[in-house]
Amino acid sequence: MSDNVVKLHYDIDAEDFTTAGEASSGVKKTLTRLGVNPEVIKRVSIAMYEAEINAVIHANGGVADVEITPERVTVVISDRGPGIPNVDKAMTPGWSTASNTVRELGFGAGMGLPNMKRYTDEMYVESEVGVGTKVTLIVNIVS
Amino acid sequence: MLKVSEIVKILDAEVLTGHENMDLEIYSGCGADLMSDVMAFVKESVILCTGLVNPQVVRTAEMMDIKVLCFVRGKIPGEAVIELAKEKGITVIATQQPLFICCGLLYSNGIKGRGVWD
Repeated sequence: MSDNVVKLHYDIDAEDFTTAGEASSGVKKTLTRLGVNPEVIKRVSIAMYEAEINAVIHANGGVADVEITPERVTVVISDRGPGIPNVDKAMTPGWSTASNTVRELGFGAGMGLPNMKRYTDEMYVESEVGVGTKVTLIVNIVS
Repeated sequence: MLKVSEIVKILDAEVLTGHENMDLEIYSGCGADLMSDVMAFVKESVILCTGLVNPQVVRTAEMMDIKVLCFVRGKIPGEAVIELAKEKGITVIATQQPLFICCGLLYSNGIKGRGVWD
């Protein structure tokens, strides 16, 4: 089935906040082109966009690797940022360490990770303080 | 439900892009300046009212399939933001009304759909 697998790679640039979201936008376009169910597309788009924004505002950017198979969409976003000291706490709706500057940009509501969890079928957060964070988001196309 | 043309009239708004979408029907709305709060509730046929005017408002609308953006409090986004919305097929309007009044006017005139929190 390897010919049915689409793999995408994006560098998430943090230097220009205005371009944040381009990777998620690209994935949304690809999923639309592939004719994936619109509800699945929306769930992947929102979850990936939240993760992409997190990489920009907390970790000075990172990389996104996306794998699309007929069964599922897997998004892995990795950064070399400061890491998350307490992942359980970060999963609490409303919990945020974002600065006022980030809030002025419209983020830092403390809903990023909870939103990612809500819209995915599986979510894994691997994080080490001082090393970085890897977030894996999986949305099933066929349940 | 309200058509975009009715929304424009009710809010005394200016259409910045999407003049061709005035017959579009809007069933639900949200008002927020924090985009993750917007993304917490999925709805259909949505207008987003916000005082935030950066490109991430358009990106959020794109991911959420939000059809209409309404900038409140007399805020007008930069040309790049309007261009991005145009590229994504998102209608943009702007009103002098503050966010609370804007939401109140839309709700009392028939936009009552809301998202669901799991």
